[in-house]
Amino acid sequence: MSATDLTTATGPAAGIRRPGRLSLGVSRIGYEVKSYFRSPDAVFFTFLFPFIMLGIFTAAFSSAGDIQPAPGMEGISVGAYYLPGLLAAGMLLSGVQNLAIDIAIEKGDGTLKRLGGTPLSPVSYFIGKIGQVFVTGVLQAALLLLAAATIFGIALPTEPEKWVTFAWVFVLGVGTSALLGIALSSVPRSGKSAAAVVIPILLVLQFISGVYLQFYALPEWMQNVASLFPLKWMAQGMRAVFLPEDFAVLEQNGAWDLGWVAVALLAWLVIGLVLSRLTFRWIRRDA
Amino acid sequence: MDTTSTSEAPAVSIRGLRKQYGDVAAVDGIDLDIARGETFALLGPNGAGKSTTIEILEGYRLRTGGDASVLGVDPARGGLEWKSRIGIVLQSGTESGAMTVREQLAHFAGLYPHPRDVDEVIAAVGLDEKARTRIAKLSGGQRRRLDVALGIVGRPELLFLDEPTTGFDPEARREFWDLIRELKREGTTILLTTHYLDEAAQLGDRAGIIIGGKLVDVGPVHELGGAEARVPIVRWRDRDGSPRETRTERPAELVASVARELGTEPAELEVIRPSLEDIYLDLVRAAGAETRETEEARA
Repeated sequence: MSATDLTTATGPAAGIRRPGRLSLGVSRIGYEVKSYFRSPDAVFFTFLFPFIMLGIFTAAFSSAGDIQPAPGMEGISVGAYYLPGLLAAGMLLSGVQNLAIDIAIEKGDGTLKRLGGTPLSPVSYFIGKIGQVFVTGVLQAALLLLAAATIFGIALPTEPEKWVTFAWVFVLGVGTSALLGIALSSVPRSGKSAAAVVIPILLVLQFISGVYLQFYALPEWMQNVASLFPLKWMAQGMRAVFLPEDFAVLEQNGAWDLGWVAVALLAWLVIGLVLSRLTFRWIRRDA
Repeated sequence: MDTTSTSEAPAVSIRGLRKQYGDVAAVDGIDLDIARGETFALLGPNGAGKSTTIEILEGYRLRTGGDASVLGVDPARGGLEWKSRIGIVLQSGTESGAMTVREQLAHFAGLYPHPRDVDEVIAAVGLDEKARTRIAKLSGGQRRRLDVALGIVGRPELLFLDEPTTGFDPEARREFWDLIRELKREGTTILLTTHYLDEAAQLGDRAGIIIGGKLVDVGPVHELGGAEARVPIVRWRDRDGSPRETRTERPAELVASVARELGTEPAELEVIRPSLEDIYLDLVRAAGAETRETEEARA
């Protein structure tokens, strides 16, 4: 190594601009996606989980016959009924579960401390994490729909309006999930306990929000509790896209209520944004 | 770098620095200036306050008292521009390491306004062979090299090294020292903490010894403890076998007179020039005794 190899550090970097928050955020997305797909447990428990559940539901309930909105009306297969709920669960897992555990582990193993000592803005870090959730969420949804249509023989909607609804429910749902994941990451006391803290909370939410159990069959008080949380609204929005119109009568108000879906998800998006900005720290500096 | 042009303001300046945890002062009123381009070694036993001090200067911990200025900025308020001018090598990280060495360094290089060349940095820390290996597959020593590489890739003006060579084999330490000397030649200011006195002696222009949160001595490494601590010690046994010890600037003269007096070869004769380690251990012991005395006085 010669002196010309590592050239001089020459005082404040006059005239040299630091890379911007946005462009660093975009470079973080690539880094995060690569790192995500190289972690087998993250891929299994958040990425592939909805596929496994769809397979299990289809196989387990195939003998139970079709689900009908009302006696005498045309029904759909159990797999087709569960597809929207599992899409919603996928958004929740890719966002909340993945990020809450991932960031808690990064806090515990010193990753955040190291980043906190570099000129990386937390905003760029957030962009990287949220972008990773979008990339993996889109891939997951696309593969789930592909599997539904080809392997499980589920008919997908053909009307463009339905896909417009899908797009905004998806974007709001994934964005909300990602921000809530960042916020929830500050709850576990250590990286090791993160999965034990986060997974049960989300499992309960999935059971009461119409992912694993048919929402219309739940008692009203449970439906009301679920309505306080975003997952119920993501699942409802997805049902509006993928279930036949006749099924709207099974909803709480007998209609898809897409307006309320948008309001609830937007409200949670704002809550997630505020909470994640307020709670996120590279490290506890008062320690 | 022309150090004289920027040496008016010290790179690091601290006055009365304190960090209090309840009743315990982990850092108990430290004053210190580190000049631009200087390499300063902080020595001290475990738990003496070295890491707390360095982490306050890195912006990781908030001080509870005193003043601190790092590159002209209060480290408690250092923004992104300030962070782009410092480099930090923490005590060992344990990241999961899904990235390869090269990917990780390239990513970190991208965070800085004028980073070093990634491949040159990889070569400088001796990880060429491992450039395409995932971090998770590196040995402890290789991870430590990567830590150092991540600390210097942003071309820092001021580099913090917290026990950088812990876990290195002797050859790796020599190579690391060469790298640090190279950075120093380029004008990088370096603040390192270490347990190893030879490391402080090899690298430090000056060293400071922290014991019980206080800086008990500061100076060029070969002057630590003062001239008195370096006076040679002569030891021997009297005719009746009782041990004798005397400090003198003229050991040869003393030995000659002792031999004359005894009329025979003195038993177990030794002339000792206190090594840096002896001086350091004396300082630690003295400070320990002092702390015990004040504690007893309080009780």
